[in-house]
Amino acid sequence: MTRRKLEENFFRVLMLLSIIIVAGSFFLIVGTIFIKGVPFMNWDMITKIPGGGFYIGKEGGVLNAIIGSLYVAGGATILGLLISIPVAIYINMYLGSRNVIANSLRIAFDVLFGIPSIVYGAFGFLIMVYFGIKASLLGGIVAVTLLVIPILVRTLDEVILTVPKELRDASLALGATRWEMSKVVLRQIRPGIFTAILLSFGRAIGDVASVLFTAGFSDNIPTSLHQPAATLPLAIFFQLGSPVEEVQGRAYASALILTIVVLIITVLSSWLAKRFSKNKIQ
Amino acid sequence: MTNNPHISVQHLNVSIGNNDILKDITINIPNKKVISIIGPSGCGKTTLLKSFNRLLDDTPDVKITGKVLVDGENIYDPKAEVTHIRKKMGLLSQRPYPLPMSIYDNVAYGPRLHGRPKKVELDELVETQLKATGLWNEVKDRLHAPATRLSIGQQQRLCLARGLAVEPEIILGDESTSALDPVSTSIIEDLFIHLKQKYTIVLVTHILRQARRVSDYIIFVYMGKIIEFGPTEELLLNPQKELTKEYVKGFIS
Amino acid sequence: MLLLTISSVLVVVAIGIGLYYKSAPVLDHASWWHLLSSSEWKPLKGLFGFLPFIMGTLWVTGISIIIALPLCLLSSFYITEYAPQRVRKILVPFVNLLSGIPPVIFGVWGVLFIIPLIQNHIAPHFVEFSTGYSVLAGGIVLAVMIFPLIVSIVCEVLNTIPKELKEASLSLGATKWETIRKVYIRKATPGIIAATVLAISRAFGETIAVLMVCGNNADVPHSVFDSGYPLPALIANNYGEMLSIPMYDSALMFAALLLFIIILLFNIISRVILARLERKLAA
Repeated sequence: MTRRKLEENFFRVLMLLSIIIVAGSFFLIVGTIFIKGVPFMNWDMITKIPGGGFYIGKEGGVLNAIIGSLYVAGGATILGLLISIPVAIYINMYLGSRNVIANSLRIAFDVLFGIPSIVYGAFGFLIMVYFGIKASLLGGIVAVTLLVIPILVRTLDEVILTVPKELRDASLALGATRWEMSKVVLRQIRPGIFTAILLSFGRAIGDVASVLFTAGFSDNIPTSLHQPAATLPLAIFFQLGSPVEEVQGRAYASALILTIVVLIITVLSSWLAKRFSKNKIQ
Repeated sequence: MTNNPHISVQHLNVSIGNNDILKDITINIPNKKVISIIGPSGCGKTTLLKSFNRLLDDTPDVKITGKVLVDGENIYDPKAEVTHIRKKMGLLSQRPYPLPMSIYDNVAYGPRLHGRPKKVELDELVETQLKATGLWNEVKDRLHAPATRLSIGQQQRLCLARGLAVEPEIILGDESTSALDPVSTSIIEDLFIHLKQKYTIVLVTHILRQARRVSDYIIFVYMGKIIEFGPTEELLLNPQKELTKEYVKGFIS
Repeated sequence: MLLLTISSVLVVVAIGIGLYYKSAPVLDHASWWHLLSSSEWKPLKGLFGFLPFIMGTLWVTGISIIIALPLCLLSSFYITEYAPQRVRKILVPFVNLLSGIPPVIFGVWGVLFIIPLIQNHIAPHFVEFSTGYSVLAGGIVLAVMIFPLIVSIVCEVLNTIPKELKEASLSLGATKWETIRKVYIRKATPGIIAATVLAISRAFGETIAVLMVCGNNADVPHSVFDSGYPLPALIANNYGEMLSIPMYDSALMFAALLLFIIILLFNIISRVILARLERKLAA
């Protein structure tokens, strides 16, 4: 009997240790970034673009990358929304939410969701080559849009499914067309749409592999879709590879910027999600 | 009533969060008899039952004060060994919950926890308990089939056999026939009547007919308090308290 | 709308076809078998053996699962069975926040924290010299990245187990841990497998974080302290040169195709398991 008690206590301790490691790794990571990044943070980093010789230690900041990332992520999210909202509506309002076709489509999007970003990057590159697009803002947006569509469709689908069936079911509508019912549903799920936007924006802004081949890199802020665009993750990556310590330090600061941005987005989106599903039983 | 009650509840109070579920319960459960706890839904019958084997311990926000003495020892004593206490009682829930293993392993689960029985002893034990609940002939050829393949009535009997395998002293039943068809129900009721020769049986039920058929004593609980307690026939045909009269009114015709 | 939906889905097919089409030159050059089993990677000579990269991917993924699975299982048990409400509400969000951190940040952390850790504190016990850039580093970083995935799925699965089953086991005198070990694990096994398979497919495809800590030497790793060169890293590192060397771009596309097929398969397997689980519960 004591052996059983010992066993129980032993595993209890083990479990506690595990959860501390798992949950604690968040603090470890963010903490490391903070500690290493803060010493190199200054206003220049976020307000200037790289001067000549930035990568060997001279003046400048990563404004090009910040703006570039915002453009790419923003563009991809907008484009993604334009495609995903109709798709989510179609699956739920026109196909009926729970039949074989709808579910197989859902599986297809789940599969798309699981494809790693590097494959989207490679595929985006293929498309660019096919259409003769150079590595540019446009290229980056196309590749990231591909990445982001499954996330949007999945989130929107989940959100639409929380709307009560009677509201969704077009056949119950008193003479309204499916399109009009769709508009009603969309209005209902507005906070959910915001959550979806935030989620995909957060993913888009932090991803490297999809923009690696497709967006190019530049020290300047792009002024047209055909110019190459710097992205923050890539900027971090390049700076980190520099032999100059000052530049490496700037990489940490850039990482800090990216971390803060993404954390804000994540916290915002889960706060929204919680507010939105107030009625869900935990 | 015997002088040596098997379970003696003294000033038991149970509250979950801000709700007082059981208020100042004091009752003695006599030895080797069948006692039914009756009362309207939500008045604390199941909570009272679960307080006997400390199954309430894990409920969030639960507060328990008072004593529950089993064989003279307070099971809520901080030094008490929970697994030991629970071994003394077998619990039968409303719906059968066979463990995700074979029929044999279900019955052997308890004995294996508490010792290292040899295969021969285990085989005997399994057979004995399955015979005791009338299942043996129905399952003896498929002891190693998954327990979930049995019908609901068989599953409930399996759960009973499983509970008996740890050699408890007390059997607790929480509306244990409410999910069963009439035939299975009467098999289980007969089992209870038969088993009281060896065990003290406490049942929660909302079927008065069942309470009358099976039990020696009845406890009537209302809004977390014990209203009345007495021998079956007396309580049902000649209730003393108003509330009891109201509740059993429909039954006496 | 119909058109959009269908075309979105066709993207899967399009990716497969596109990658295959682009891999054709290198497939003409050497058979599938040769590409997958040879470890000679000399693009300038036209030798494309993918074995080192496949092995690199396997090593890194394997290490990450070995680290993550026990930790995540124990953590999930703790969260669902032992943690008081208040603690649960604090712990769970932080596990989930991990999933929002961009991979490149994991990479930076890997370089800042894990590499020195291995180089200075772990490797010296085992090998003579190590830069710290190794499959072990990749495995550790990957493990942390897949923590939230495994924990969230396993917790969800555990929460579907009816509490009466736990009560039945406890009533027979089992301890909580015995109940977990003997009853819960059995019930949750399909879900745990699905979570693992999903985590593996996520780990296979992770590019940047692993690239930054793995060393990127095109040799088959023989110990955890050797450097590795997983498939995604191969693609990412060499895209710059791929157009200048003949067949290089086709070879990289082939790597992408390999990745695509494997991940597709794993994804489908895990979805099937999860779907069957859902159906069993609803029945």
